[in-house]
Amino acid sequence: MSSKVSGKEPVLEIQNLCVDYGLGKESVQAVRDVSLTLHRGEVLGLAGESGSGKSTLAYGLTRLLPPPGVITGGKVIYHQPGGDPVDVLRLSDAGLRQFRWAETSIVFQGAMNSLNPVHTVASQLMDVIAAHEPKMSKSARLARAKELLKLVGISPDRLGSYPHQLSGGMRQRVMIGMALALEPQVVIMDEPTTALDVVMQRQILRQLVDLRERLGFSVLFITHDLSLLVEFSDRIAIMYGGRIVEEAPAAKLYKDPLHPYSHGLLNAFPPLRGERRELSGIPGSPPDLRSMPTGCAFHPRCPKAFDPCRTDLPLLAAPADRTEEDRTGGERTVACWLHPGA
Amino acid sequence: MKYFLQRLAFYLFTAWAAITINFFIPRLIPGDPVMALINKNRGQIDSHAIASLYILFGLNKHQSLWDQYTAYLAKLAHGDLGISFSNFPTPVSTILANALPWTICLAGAATIISFALGTFLGVLSGWLRGSRLDFVLPVTTFISSIPAFWLGLLTVATVIAVGSTFPVSGGYDPGLIPHADTTFIGSAIEHSWLPLGMLVITTMSGWILSMRNMMVTVGSEDYITVAQAKGLSDRRVMFSYAARNALLPNVSGFSLAIGQILGSTVLVEIVFNYPGIGYEMLQAVGSTDYPLMQGVFLCITLAVLVANLLADIAYLILDPRTRKEG
Amino acid sequence: MATAASNTALTSGGSVTPHDPEATAPDSTRSRRRHLRFLSSPKAAVGAGLLLFFTILAIVGPYITPYDPSARSNDLLQAPSWHHWFGTTHLGQDIFSQVVDGTRSVMYVGFLAGLVASALAVLIGVTSGYLGGFASDLLSALTNVFLVIPALLLIIIITSSLPTGGETVVGLVIGFTSWAWGARVLRAQTLSLRRRDFIEAARATGESTWRIIAFELLPNLSAVIISGFIGTMIYAVMSEIILAFIGVPGLADWNWGTVLYWAQSQQALAQGAWWWFVPAGLAIAILGTSLSLVNFGIDEFVNPRLRNNGERGAKGADGRPVRMRVGFTPVVIPIPDEPEAGTGVIGSTSTSEDVAQ
Repeated sequence: MSSKVSGKEPVLEIQNLCVDYGLGKESVQAVRDVSLTLHRGEVLGLAGESGSGKSTLAYGLTRLLPPPGVITGGKVIYHQPGGDPVDVLRLSDAGLRQFRWAETSIVFQGAMNSLNPVHTVASQLMDVIAAHEPKMSKSARLARAKELLKLVGISPDRLGSYPHQLSGGMRQRVMIGMALALEPQVVIMDEPTTALDVVMQRQILRQLVDLRERLGFSVLFITHDLSLLVEFSDRIAIMYGGRIVEEAPAAKLYKDPLHPYSHGLLNAFPPLRGERRELSGIPGSPPDLRSMPTGCAFHPRCPKAFDPCRTDLPLLAAPADRTEEDRTGGERTVACWLHPGA
Repeated sequence: MKYFLQRLAFYLFTAWAAITINFFIPRLIPGDPVMALINKNRGQIDSHAIASLYILFGLNKHQSLWDQYTAYLAKLAHGDLGISFSNFPTPVSTILANALPWTICLAGAATIISFALGTFLGVLSGWLRGSRLDFVLPVTTFISSIPAFWLGLLTVATVIAVGSTFPVSGGYDPGLIPHADTTFIGSAIEHSWLPLGMLVITTMSGWILSMRNMMVTVGSEDYITVAQAKGLSDRRVMFSYAARNALLPNVSGFSLAIGQILGSTVLVEIVFNYPGIGYEMLQAVGSTDYPLMQGVFLCITLAVLVANLLADIAYLILDPRTRKEG
Repeated sequence: MATAASNTALTSGGSVTPHDPEATAPDSTRSRRRHLRFLSSPKAAVGAGLLLFFTILAIVGPYITPYDPSARSNDLLQAPSWHHWFGTTHLGQDIFSQVVDGTRSVMYVGFLAGLVASALAVLIGVTSGYLGGFASDLLSALTNVFLVIPALLLIIIITSSLPTGGETVVGLVIGFTSWAWGARVLRAQTLSLRRRDFIEAARATGESTWRIIAFELLPNLSAVIISGFIGTMIYAVMSEIILAFIGVPGLADWNWGTVLYWAQSQQALAQGAWWWFVPAGLAIAILGTSLSLVNFGIDEFVNPRLRNNGERGAKGADGRPVRMRVGFTPVVIPIPDEPEAGTGVIGSTSTSEDVAQ
């Protein structure tokens, strides 16, 4: 595999995805009309506060959202290498099972509880291989499981361990190894390092970058920690109130965040490297999904809000106030009345 | 191993507590039941047996309570539970030795079958929640509220009413002598179908309901979502991930259930005239045969403790977290 | 009532558990509506209705019986008729009157035993959960001993040994031997509540232990306590009926167990007198079911995961019910090029396009 494929070939296209919690009158909209494209070999960061809908988006596009979540609109197009694109939302149960893990695997937020406490690491690594490659012999599966542990830097004699015998960092590495078991095209990471200490976070992230260089999968990386994304991802999308409010190449977003919310997020966390910024954070709290503000959902907290923000919903578009070169060099979009579309 | 030893110590403690309760209860009885018995069987009781009864009943007023207690423990250690009033002069231990195998076989089989069947149905109804299987819930609730003995009464009446010759009373054909041959065992099995069925039907619902609840609770654990994300087959996720974990609280909830099952067994035995401990209990209550009642209580308590110990061993095997780090 | 209940559910998002400290904040009107909310579950409502019926019957039963339940007549062993709804016994006693009259004894013993057992369970469970240390271990061991000892046999022995019987004694004995399950559950709940912020805060501000237990802990444990009370009631009712059925002396009054006792001892079965034991048994089963249903309501109220996600009978846009499943989020998307938007739908399983491997 070549390193850092920066091609424009899409691998996963989310089109106008809508996700609700509940049905009928009591339902609330958690993800509203989100479109996002993940290209082959890239790391796409998705950031936002808790409650912004970023995890709901990840669970929704894989159809893993627990009740009462319901997908109410949109498409999730997966482009198979050398095959026709498929809409994940229209797969049958059997088709979805086949698709899962083989094409798109996930590393979950609650890594501590992601492993089944009553089975060994080996059995949990091997059952997913058995489910997708039933013809593989048991010894071959065991060999693959060993290989996967080595890949994430865990000694193969840990195969017989139960999850409670592993440290938090080890468990998360087992999960990452498991996610790569079937060499999927896309790996979705939902706050994979949030529960770990800073040293372990760094170790695991470095390993992740390394693995991606070698194996060439695409990553959708979800976190509330924007400074982490600035370092690791190619492009970043910012979510607020169930919508994407800004999307830009990582460097551009870091140097020149356009949406006041992006700006606030950037200043809420200390950067891991580089110049220090003054930490400020964002006053107020995320909006209640049951009673979203009119117009731009961010306006009650926005320091720069003016008249149209309160009444009209800004749409995601390329900002007119940035130079042509700036817009085409790496497409960037923003949904803010300060930077209306061209 | 430490866990196991802790449990063992706890059961020894409980056995001691039960024995001690047993020691104090007869001391609540007013009057002198032994004297009443002696009067009833004038001159036919040998003095040795009388002395033994006085010790067991704590009617020896010349001794301090502590001396009575140690003497009582010494008697128990020799397996002396006193002499049955109603089956005079048969020792209680002999009666229990005859009755116990029947009860153990009946209750044991009922426990295993109802646990296996109930857990399986609970797994299905919990996993397929929101499907047509939801009707299981109200039906099992109603069945679990029916006393097993009453269902037994209905069954006996039905069998008699339809004129069937299916045995509804006793543990074996009256003409046979208890002996380990095929005729006798065949007859015993035939006689146990109905009591066993009643017990399984009425105790199964408890397992169904608790397993269903546990399946629903476990269903929202992260590792279930991971299992689904891995694209495992529905059967694998249901059994190997959800049910395997949901089973643990059910196994540890065994202590409560086993007492209830034995309670139901006692009643069902009475309805079917089954020659087990429960039937002896009825006789004992009917003739205020205190030594027999106490013997039954001790015997059942010990059986419950052994069953609990077995459940603990099962738990030890099922949950790797209780095993020693290896 | 149902609308008020569902309004509350809506404003709180249906996701706040009653153990949330804010949920039981001293806002009396709000918390009262919350407590009624569990009745919005049809299971709980049916159970509570039946329970109310039996309670009223227990109070007025002895005054409304058509006959004196003990009075003999010349209508010996008669099948149910207009004169005797549930038929008569071998002595010509009216079984309907016996069952109605017997409700009081059953409910009284159940209520008394439930009260005693709940009080003991709260005392022992909450104390051992809150205090910690040696006293806690001791109380916990005591609880476990009582949990393992077969209580029914103990009850039989004690009640047959006691010189004076009667409903009160039986109820007390049952109460004193069946508190252990409730105590264990309450201990576990108290242990987890103790570590919550609002209890820690109360302790830090120097409130007295008993004040914290009475005003902070107990309100949060109320659902568990009520559920334990109802569980004990079921158990006590069954126990009393069993005692009466096997002829433990002292229960001279009519109750459902004594009806069954006479039916059994007078060979009602052999004579085909089904009416003698069917009504009493059904009454037991219905009372037991109603109590269990109330408990289900409480369980679902306490543990929202057991609820049907508030989606009972929810339908997709195509009119088919949508089944919520873990791992397969339903897709309810109106087809955009359908002229009447919102009527057509692609269900989660309607179109399938397998991934070619």
